[in-house]
Amino acid sequence: MSVLELRSVSKVYGRGAAEVQALRDVSLTVAAGEMVAVMGPSGSGKSSLLTIAGTLEEPTSGAVLVNGKDTLRLSGGARSQLRRRAIGYVFQDFNLLPGLTAAENVSLPLELDGSSMRKAHLAALKALEELGLGDRARHFPDQMSGGERQRVAIARAVVGERSLLLADEPSGALDTENGEAVMRLIHSYCKRGVAAVVVTHDAQLAAWADRIVFLRDGRVVDQTAAPAGPESLLEQSS
Amino acid sequence: MSVRHALLALLSEGPKYGLQLREEFEANTGQVWPLNVGQVYTTLQRLERDGLVTAVGDAQPGGEHGPQKAYRITEAGSAELAQWLRVPPDLSVPPRDDLVMKVLIAVRVPGTDVSEVIQAHRRYLIELMQEWTRLKEDDNGRDLAFSLVVDSELFRVDSVVRWLDAAEGRLRRALADGWNPAQAAAPAASAGLPTRPTMGVRR
Repeated sequence: MSVLELRSVSKVYGRGAAEVQALRDVSLTVAAGEMVAVMGPSGSGKSSLLTIAGTLEEPTSGAVLVNGKDTLRLSGGARSQLRRRAIGYVFQDFNLLPGLTAAENVSLPLELDGSSMRKAHLAALKALEELGLGDRARHFPDQMSGGERQRVAIARAVVGERSLLLADEPSGALDTENGEAVMRLIHSYCKRGVAAVVVTHDAQLAAWADRIVFLRDGRVVDQTAAPAGPESLLEQSS
Repeated sequence: MSVRHALLALLSEGPKYGLQLREEFEANTGQVWPLNVGQVYTTLQRLERDGLVTAVGDAQPGGEHGPQKAYRITEAGSAELAQWLRVPPDLSVPPRDDLVMKVLIAVRVPGTDVSEVIQAHRRYLIELMQEWTRLKEDDNGRDLAFSLVVDSELFRVDSVVRWLDAAEGRLRRALADGWNPAQAAAPAASAGLPTRPTMGVRR
């Protein structure tokens, strides 16, 4: 089953002369275990696509399905619950709360969803340990490097069995090596069954995805073919 | 790619046989540039002629390529290697790049959707980058030489994708400003190409 499905989604901001059409008839399906990158220049609609996929914004027309549920038909409360339980977000500037430790940042979404503090804390520690950040659990964001902060943000996005990971330029503020580590991490979560949509203008980062969708002026204009066998390059050169 | 200097580098670790040199060459270039053994022997003969390596001991019997000789690097060979490592390759002349030509020509052919042409190339290049990235992911940094080669390919192809992005943006702005390909070209041609940068380029 597809985790995310956008059906003919359009989004218009403003009215009359100030009207901007951010998305035009965009359809996109992302299956469990699949990592999709969305590439396009600034102003192509990448970020709108992501906020609409994450139910943070409603489309002007079309449908958004997450785990088969039509999100526009859900009540406000049910939609918030879906957002908390099924969807994780990763932002370019990490968006960690500065007054909370790494563990508290990661456990927060679980606590907001009604988990006990203890249970949420244990889940957060487990998620941090998996990312090699066990010894950073009590550190505050400003005591960590950019690469570590982004890994904490990824731990926060995936903690509690979430099925859809949405990332907006997740490596934009990082150097090559840390950026690569972040993409490797997101791809490894996908291999475990998470569906991910990563928005980026950087081809080296997009290349980590299983499929790349190209956006121009709010439209999907193209996408990459199904992956060839990884050995084909080496065969060519020998 | 200089097979000559790669062999000198391998011999700077100690005397080696031709077959061994081929194996080590391939291992040290991440198995990306295969080398045939004939090429190794021809290169060794030239290096010997130039006094950069010398044969050691007698030829050993055996091997499918006849008797094997071991070679060691000479002092002149070490000096040549040290010199070569530090001299930047000449990148001052723009290569005649097929892709650049295609885009320049697409701009001039009436009725061509240049964005579509650019996208076809962009998709191909990014699919290539996906394949390299998958190899990098599978190797997971185990083979350092391979990681270095893959990074270099990714950066090289990425620079072409970035050029396509920039070209598309520039073209869109020009068209929006009323630029017309049929009336272009002439002034630029009469102004001539900028002179080639030579300052600081060693030859």
